[in-house]
Amino acid sequence: MKISVCVGSSCHLRGSYDIINLMKENIESRHLEDKVELAAAFCLGKCTDGVSVKIDDEIVVGVNKENFDQIFKEHVLDVL
Amino acid sequence: MTIKKFDTQVQYLEYKVLREVARHAWDDTLVGSFDAIAGNIVGDKPTMRCCIYKERAIVAQRIDMASGGHKDNPNVIEVLNIACDGCPVGGYQVTDNCRGCIAHRCEDACKKGAITFDENQKAHIDKEKCVNCGMCAKVCPYSAIKDYQRPCVEACKIGAIGMNEYDKSAKIDNEKCIACGACVYQCPFGAIMDKSYILEVIDMIKKSENNTKYKVYAVIAPSIASQFTYDSSLKLGQVVSGIKALGFHSVVEAALGADMVAYNEAAELAEKGFLTSSCCPAFVSYVQKAFPQLKENVSHNLSPMATISKKIKEMDPEGKVVFIGPCTAKKMEIRLDTVKPYVDSALTFAELQALIDSRNIDMTSLEESPLDNASYYGRIFARCGGLADAVAEALLEQGVTDFQLEGISCDGIEECRMALLKASKGVLKANFIEGMACVGGCIGGAGCLTHGPKNKLEIDKYGKEAKEKSIEDAIKHFR
Repeated sequence: MKISVCVGSSCHLRGSYDIINLMKENIESRHLEDKVELAAAFCLGKCTDGVSVKIDDEIVVGVNKENFDQIFKEHVLDVL
Repeated sequence: MTIKKFDTQVQYLEYKVLREVARHAWDDTLVGSFDAIAGNIVGDKPTMRCCIYKERAIVAQRIDMASGGHKDNPNVIEVLNIACDGCPVGGYQVTDNCRGCIAHRCEDACKKGAITFDENQKAHIDKEKCVNCGMCAKVCPYSAIKDYQRPCVEACKIGAIGMNEYDKSAKIDNEKCIACGACVYQCPFGAIMDKSYILEVIDMIKKSENNTKYKVYAVIAPSIASQFTYDSSLKLGQVVSGIKALGFHSVVEAALGADMVAYNEAAELAEKGFLTSSCCPAFVSYVQKAFPQLKENVSHNLSPMATISKKIKEMDPEGKVVFIGPCTAKKMEIRLDTVKPYVDSALTFAELQALIDSRNIDMTSLEESPLDNASYYGRIFARCGGLADAVAEALLEQGVTDFQLEGISCDGIEECRMALLKASKGVLKANFIEGMACVGGCIGGAGCLTHGPKNKLEIDKYGKEAKEKSIEDAIKHFR
């Protein structure tokens, strides 16, 4: 699975670095390094709905610290 | 020109040609459109030259430059020989201010016996004997002796401009030229221009089919904060939206690349003990051409432009990257083998303005788009002294305490020459040279729309607006 967190200006201002940190922490603590490739992307084109995250071919918008756990479960853990 | 977008009428003229060429390129009507463009720019009566035929011939040369210039000339800076007015090469001349005094200090000062006096005691310089030392001018109590240099020669502090004997037009020595563009900005007739690659950018955007075939990224130099200030209602965020409206997928700050450079350069400096910066392509080119013995002391880091573009290409290998900045020398840098894989084309701010107007985009009517990738330190690279500040910060953030930074920030190529000269003799009292070919740094670049006294403040203000306050915070996810 490839996860790209948008680091374009809009998402950056909305905290994409926090999301990258949470991704890194979760991937590490759950030992998913072999299954998940984490990357950054300069703009996923959903600037008004960030933070945007592309998980394989699906773009998930509106990711924040509060809903991160649920999104990670639904779109990453349940899919793997 | 209702709003003054440029410093000079020459810039405005070059802009008009670029804009018209771009308009035809978007419409695929450029071939055979010379008459239309020339007619649009040259009226029924001459306003700039002796006749409309000469004006049209010059427009033809400008269209050539707007379309990429002469492929057989490796330099991106070229002389338009028809536009060149062949200014007099006077050297030292006695002006009307000479009062015919009786002291004749000029005569005493001249070691070559080149000064004579007429029946009114007024001085004359024998050009056969004069060696242009300037001693007579220095001693004249009335400042009546003046050095008349061609503006291009005066602008080129590294002596790369000479003269063609056959028509007295300016000639650029490509072996010496560092493509800084000082002559481009200074020539009062607009007879020296940088080649424009607007056509390849337009082609790149069109073929991307709205960024569906591949994405086109704009990497924007931090000096943009000092630009597009001609209309006080126009916000930087609207300029970013304007760039996107042209067809770019995303706009990324080159300053984020600058953060990465500062971080790596600090480590490289601490390791090697003496270094020059590598951000300014004209400075790097100058070191290679004029001080080859110091070549190895130039930082091995890519420039901020190339560094961030490399990251973009790593994330999106199919993507195309266009740098937009104040710099003509970047157009040379992107041809280097080390940079070519990462940057597909380079534009100046003046060309960006022409492209935006060629699409009739009214930036003031657009919603603002944010532009925030870099830290304060990456952003202040745009002004002289900023790079050294950033390297000092990076040393601090990396906890390097056993190395004391002694930086010298060289403001313009003349100061660079002095520092390099001292370094080559081993007498420079510094271990880091920040080399900026343009006076003021990038904000003094030839590709800027305007050059104002407040530009430095604009850069610092823009720097402080960055979300990330430290270099480490800005780059931690990119290492």
